[in-house]
Amino acid sequence: MRVALFVTCLNDTLFPRTGRAVVRLLERLGHEVVFPEAQTCCGQMHYNTGYRREAQKLAVRFVRTFGDADAVLAPSGSCAAMVRDNYRRLGAPGSRLAEEAAALAPRVYDLSELLVDVLGVTDVGAYFPHRVTYHPTCHGLRLLKLGDRPTRLLSAVRGLDLAELDGAAECCGFGGTFAMKNEAVSAAMGSDKARHVAATGAEVLCAVDNSCLMHIGGTLDRSRSGVAVLHLAEILASTEQEPARL
Amino acid sequence: MSDSAFLGMPAFPAAARAATGDAQLRHNLRKATHTIRDKRASVVGELDDWPVLRAAGAAIKDRTLRHLDTYLVRLEESVRAAGGTVHWAADAAEANRIVTGLVQATGETEVVKVKSMATQEIELNEALAEAGITAFETDLAELIVQLGDDHPSHILVPAIHRNRAEIREIFLRTMRDWGVPAPDDLTDDPRALAEAARVHLREKFLRAKVGVSGANFAVADTGTMVVLESEGNGRMCLTLPETLISVVGIEKIVPTWSDLEVFLQLLPRSSTGERMNPYTSTWTGVTPGDGPQDFHLVLLDNGRTDVLADTVGRQALRCIRCSACLNICPVYERAGGHAYGSVYPGPIGAILTPQLRGTSSELDASLPYASSLCGACYEVCPVAIDIPEVLVHLREQVVDGPGHRAEKAAMAAAGWVLDDEKRLGAAQRAASGARGLVPHTLPGPGSAWTDTRDVPEIPAESFRQWWRRRNKGRDKGGAE
Amino acid sequence: MSGSRETVLAKVRAALADVDPAERAEDVAVPRGYARSHDMGDPVAVFVDRLVDYKALVRQVAAAELPGEVAAALERRGAERIVAPADLPAAWTADVGTGTALVPDDGLGVRELDTADGVLTGCAAAVAETGTIVCDGGAAQGRRAITLVPDYHLCVVRAEQIVGGVPEAVARLDPARPLTWISGPSATSDIELDRVEGVHGPRTLEVIIVGA
Repeated sequence: MRVALFVTCLNDTLFPRTGRAVVRLLERLGHEVVFPEAQTCCGQMHYNTGYRREAQKLAVRFVRTFGDADAVLAPSGSCAAMVRDNYRRLGAPGSRLAEEAAALAPRVYDLSELLVDVLGVTDVGAYFPHRVTYHPTCHGLRLLKLGDRPTRLLSAVRGLDLAELDGAAECCGFGGTFAMKNEAVSAAMGSDKARHVAATGAEVLCAVDNSCLMHIGGTLDRSRSGVAVLHLAEILASTEQEPARL
Repeated sequence: MSDSAFLGMPAFPAAARAATGDAQLRHNLRKATHTIRDKRASVVGELDDWPVLRAAGAAIKDRTLRHLDTYLVRLEESVRAAGGTVHWAADAAEANRIVTGLVQATGETEVVKVKSMATQEIELNEALAEAGITAFETDLAELIVQLGDDHPSHILVPAIHRNRAEIREIFLRTMRDWGVPAPDDLTDDPRALAEAARVHLREKFLRAKVGVSGANFAVADTGTMVVLESEGNGRMCLTLPETLISVVGIEKIVPTWSDLEVFLQLLPRSSTGERMNPYTSTWTGVTPGDGPQDFHLVLLDNGRTDVLADTVGRQALRCIRCSACLNICPVYERAGGHAYGSVYPGPIGAILTPQLRGTSSELDASLPYASSLCGACYEVCPVAIDIPEVLVHLREQVVDGPGHRAEKAAMAAAGWVLDDEKRLGAAQRAASGARGLVPHTLPGPGSAWTDTRDVPEIPAESFRQWWRRRNKGRDKGGAE
Repeated sequence: MSGSRETVLAKVRAALADVDPAERAEDVAVPRGYARSHDMGDPVAVFVDRLVDYKALVRQVAAAELPGEVAAALERRGAERIVAPADLPAAWTADVGTGTALVPDDGLGVRELDTADGVLTGCAAAVAETGTIVCDGGAAQGRRAITLVPDYHLCVVRAEQIVGGVPEAVARLDPARPLTWISGPSATSDIELDRVEGVHGPRTLEVIIVGA
């Protein structure tokens, strides 16, 4: 299958290794990855902060860039949810944006959905001999309703020891500009999440969203916990020959 | 909405910062909210048709709101036909005037009150006090707040921020000033505290001539008022006095009696996490020989029509005040109710208060941002209010207003960079070039991040640069 | 006096400018596919389970055993003065011993109700799923105050009065009557959201189910 990668602006700029892992994983599974270079950002930060006009422009660009794709992969739960759930609110009912966004939405996937639902695979042939715990992320859990797809994928990884995370469904406190505007509450939520992560005894915290991982990971690093954070794609791309970097 | 008691409060982030540093408060809130969360999940999970009940609840409220003028007139007719008197109040001042006048007409100087959000919102107790009338709160949590000269911090349990030891101290110190004192040997056992409240209030119930309440629901077709409660203080106030005055927001209407079959399932399970609350009272006008023989309904607008006029924000008027959104909210759990600066705290308060009061004050303009948009509130809301959607909608209104200059400039700059992949590429190369220069601790606004969190390292190469390099290599026949 | 009636109605109408004037209230569809009652097993057994959960006292008896059970309950309670609605069936109290005086409610004052040891009534309906008894002031129930002020409420529920779910109960009841839905003894969760039974309403609720 030919998969159009929407790498997301955050991954593009700060976490390119997640994008590279996606490419390696999908090509290993025999699929073709294309990267439409006109892509930039889904507009989530602008939309969530109240900057509707800026978000609309970015939505128009996204729909124009990816409108023809058979499948769009966004390796970020919140960006996938932005396109699927919020674009419909950005265009007036009946507008071109609203119609094109509605038509595109069913073809936009998070990585676990693409693998399990579209490509029909749960064992991707990965090897990752570490104790891992999984944070479901709010958008993955409540908007995309990923359910157990990510943990099914992780459970099939050879050598991986999956630890259950206490309070998993609770928000980590990132919330985009919330992390800055309400820094005290955000930090309190982050430290509770980090405490739960540390209590699992895991070496690695995994999620489908690098924005949450940046927040929890930054908190874990500050407390010198020794727990690394990795996007799901990096664990699934990991093999004996090319192990993921911790 | 006046809420003058909250005037001059700091914006949400500052108040919340103070709350996160209060270890006792955080312990109290964490314990209470997690207890009720689990109870709710258990009794909601018991009903396999919950999604249908939730959709029905939302639809009944939408039906009411979209035809509210019709239903208000119908309710007025049915209440009158059943022997009640109906008053209309455009704002808090008018509602307070009406109630004060009704109490004065009885010649009484005391009223007993059932917990009611509407009367808190209009600050009825303060208005009555100015007219020399003492209002006794009779709900246990309201009593704790009143005796402690405190503010409510939760819709269902206004004293949720107090633990048993603090409540004992308040009872011992203050009950004697209001009537029957607490026993000297009072312990902090919740049973003993409830008993002290029973004894303290008993005398007031038995001599009360005027009761003041709100209503959870008002049935348009029949003129029936509905109050759900637990302790029996509601029944006391609704049954024993000669005169009953109910102040009810215009959005509390449901069209028909049978619509209650939905809400009497949704509300208790969402609210106290019980299959049913201990007591629900319904009354229609007056009943000869049973209960108050003089019934007054005061229909309250006080900003609700402004909420109604906003087609996105309107859904907030579906709210049945269950508190499920507060109990699940990770921000409420850490910030506490007082930080929201209104009688409506938590996620519902963050969308209701700015709509009722506007966003001209710094506090009210900060409320739509008091959320990480995690969506847990929407998930548990029994009438499916999409709180994140309304929060974002209100943020747009705040952004369209004055202020936020630095943020607007930053957002415009980010929008400009992101509107063109070449500009984004150039910005990424500039960041990579300066990567060694980024310190662990950022100055100015950046410190909001680095005070508690490390910053990620900026990679040497963006994904887009890697992709180009890789494809160039492939074109030349080379490997990755 | 109507206050700002026209002002409020005008503001409501102005706020609803987006609603098509041709739309009728019934046009806003309400899904009614929820259950009238949930399949939770034998209604009487479910009702008993819920009452026990609320820490109410429950007994199940055949019709012929009712007078004996009423007498036994009042004796266990040690009740000397028991309020009864004027139309309480005489058979229910036929076995009540001389230690308990029945006080018919002929308009008792609140102080008299407050000094009584309890009240004995029937009910209008009961809901199994929620463990709820509903009084409507009808036969053998009396006015609302008598089941409120005394500290002990002994309530007789006939098995056929028990419905499964809340919708079935709502359909049976007459909204014109003053209704009290009682689910266990009075309680509060206001201290640390922990439930404590027994506040202002009767602190003990005892239910006798007849003919189960």
